[in-house]
Amino acid sequence: MNIDKRIADDLAANGVSFVTTVPCKQLAGVIEEIDRRDDIFHIPSNKEDEGMGLCAGAWMGGKRPAIIMQNTAIGVTINTLATLIQYYRMPLPMIISYRGELREPVACQVEMAVHTKALLAQLNIPTYHFHWQKDVEELDNILKYTFMCNKPVAILTDANFWGGYGDQ
Amino acid sequence: MIRSEILREIAPILRNELVVCNIGIPSQELHAIDDQPSNFYMLGTMGLASSIGLGLALAQPKPVIVIDGDGSILTNLGTLPTIGNNAPGNYILMIIDNGSYGSTGDQPTYTSQRTDLAGMARAAGCARVVEVQDKDTGPALEDALASGEATVLVVKCDSGNAKMPVITMDPVVIRDRFMQAVAG
Repeated sequence: MNIDKRIADDLAANGVSFVTTVPCKQLAGVIEEIDRRDDIFHIPSNKEDEGMGLCAGAWMGGKRPAIIMQNTAIGVTINTLATLIQYYRMPLPMIISYRGELREPVACQVEMAVHTKALLAQLNIPTYHFHWQKDVEELDNILKYTFMCNKPVAILTDANFWGGYGDQ
Repeated sequence: MIRSEILREIAPILRNELVVCNIGIPSQELHAIDDQPSNFYMLGTMGLASSIGLGLALAQPKPVIVIDGDGSILTNLGTLPTIGNNAPGNYILMIIDNGSYGSTGDQPTYTSQRTDLAGMARAAGCARVVEVQDKDTGPALEDALASGEATVLVVKCDSGNAKMPVITMDPVVIRDRFMQAVAG
């Protein structure tokens, strides 16, 4: 299974046509796939709160948005999640590379990993954790759920899900 | 002129357009001067008016006017390259540059010293950047609408705020009526 294509296909099948991204090594393939496709408009952001602003505007303009980013971004976007996305009750699927989990080679990434689920829980953000490749089968239902309830929803995807870092 | 005087003068232009308005006193002033369903008032999240407006302009064809401030642009400077590389012709970013953080007590921003927002927008790749004095805002905004080109309009004006009530409308109501105006 090509995970990158599967994620992009599920987004498109759920009517997601506006995707903003801030890159991560683990997300390189899915970002490339989204950039390649004609059925999804891709706009890179310089920072994740900026990206959430773009998504909020796109949704009010009639498009279904999504953001793809690293879990370090949770530290950047708490105010935006609380005072824009949640306060105005907007849907936002967040496909998040969960750095600092099993098979992570960079120690500093663990420092935000240990806070990630706690911060999301504190914000009452529905959170799913993809650890095995087959977990991607849940994405379609998660996207439907997100646009049903008009909430931000986090999908944490760790290094094991993406196939690790080779020999590291 | 101060911001509220400019808003009062351009209210007849804004009334017919989709407007995304910056957090704090700018939204309070616009709400008090001429509340419209086609105004999206930001109640929080400093810095993101330009980004919300850009997403909206990219998603649908109607013109979008963002009313932003120098302080808010400075807090989200990454927005300028994103605008410079992606903004469609229906996008107008109007930065009311009064050289101060108006909503927090008029502390000076760096645009009151050496920083030039129009120059920064050009350097970020924005093709149509216009800087005007407060009294010329109305014609410059009409020009921007008529141009059909993405425009960054920097309006230089005096620091100061009008005393206006806080917006008590529920955010979901603001958002819902705005979306109906977008779709209408």
